Amino acid sequence: MNHIISIRDLSRNEIDQLIDEASRIQSSRFNDQLLKGKILALLFFEPSTRTRMSFEAAMARLGGTAIGLDSVEASSMAKGETLADTIRVVSGYADTIVLRHPKEGAARLASEFASVPVINAGDGAGQHPSQTLLDLYTIRQSMAIQRVSVGLLGDLRYGRTAHSLAYALSLYGATLHTISPKGLELPSSIADELREAGTEIVEHRDVSEIIGSLDVLYVTRIQRERFPDSASYFKVASSYRVTPELLTDVRDHLIVLHPLPRLDEIDPRVDQLPYARYFEQSRNGIPVRMAMLQKVMY
Amino acid sequence: MKRDAREGLLISPIRNGTVIDHITGGEALNVLKIIGITGATTESISVATNVKSGKMTKKDIVKIENRELMKEEVNRIALIAPNASINIIRNYEVFEKKGVEIPDILVGVVQCPNPGCISNTNEPIDSKFEVLPKGLHCLYCDWMITKDITSHLI
Repeated sequence: MNHIISIRDLSRNEIDQLIDEASRIQSSRFNDQLLKGKILALLFFEPSTRTRMSFEAAMARLGGTAIGLDSVEASSMAKGETLADTIRVVSGYADTIVLRHPKEGAARLASEFASVPVINAGDGAGQHPSQTLLDLYTIRQSMAIQRVSVGLLGDLRYGRTAHSLAYALSLYGATLHTISPKGLELPSSIADELREAGTEIVEHRDVSEIIGSLDVLYVTRIQRERFPDSASYFKVASSYRVTPELLTDVRDHLIVLHPLPRLDEIDPRVDQLPYARYFEQSRNGIPVRMAMLQKVMY
Repeated sequence: MKRDAREGLLISPIRNGTVIDHITGGEALNVLKIIGITGATTESISVATNVKSGKMTKKDIVKIENRELMKEEVNRIALIAPNASINIIRNYEVFEKKGVEIPDILVGVVQCPNPGCISNTNEPIDSKFEVLPKGLHCLYCDWMITKDITSHLI
């Protein structure tokens, strides 16, 4: 069965193929009836705007139909049904299942019980492979990914998008510069594993010391609930804020990415600068998810 | 090597069953736990702990009467006692002697320490860990257990 559960299950070749396909799709070279008659089930047990809507839109653009839950409260899960049973039942209604769930490993479990392909759309603090693929796709729109120099800024301890992206970039020989508040550093288990695989990781406390040598700045949200009070949150958050002033002496081809939604991490004035690519990145969710649906359903 | 009579026998021989020898000193009770033997089970068990050993400074020995351990049970022991040897006894004789081998995948042996892992819910699954040189890797949530494995035994 052709599941997509974790970016770590994909080889570099498979990732490249998906990105190539997304690129073809974006140049309007795709069959808009390819998935006609096929049904995609969207099982979202956590709130989502971008991921859910972009999977729906991707399915519609390929001629297929998406069905889904309106809310968890209205589902049988609210009556105590296990995820395993829900997955077995929904396997009978649809040709592919897209799952978002608060528990880590939920998509892996779903793949064991499903009789149709499962795509992981985020499992707790775990994996979110479609986000990583669209991050990579957005980088490749501007430059070769091979040996790219990437700054990962923000909450690198709990941020699943940063973890997945770091793993994927290690396949491309990228250099990773991590910039995070104390206590929110990249977990040592991940850093050690990436270093063992040959990836160079350099830690910084201040983004200004490295910004001039970056090709990509990947910003993630610093979550307020990680701090004891609002004052300490604002103190830390303000020192990790990306502003036009920070971006005065940077490489011409620098791109600034963010998985969104953003709060205070990026000054809205940055939106007008040529480096800002986060809205484009979000739009890229459509061709990338179309490529993923094609891969598992066709 | 013949045992000096003055040393005596710490625990008496068994007629039929399993003798687990060369267990890392102090791990005998964890070995019993890992193969599912608790105070509520019916087997007759003899345990010797911290016995002087030529090979190891101290070792534990467990004798289980009238039960021959299966290969899967034996291999679980390797997690905490990699040097253990298993003797299957029939009519006071060693019928079969084997070492332990760490399995590639552990199913339902260790509980994932990650409270957010799907394997810690009411789903109809057993925990599943891949055995790697640096520790145990949860195949559901990717958590790594690198130390104190015994405290996570189910």
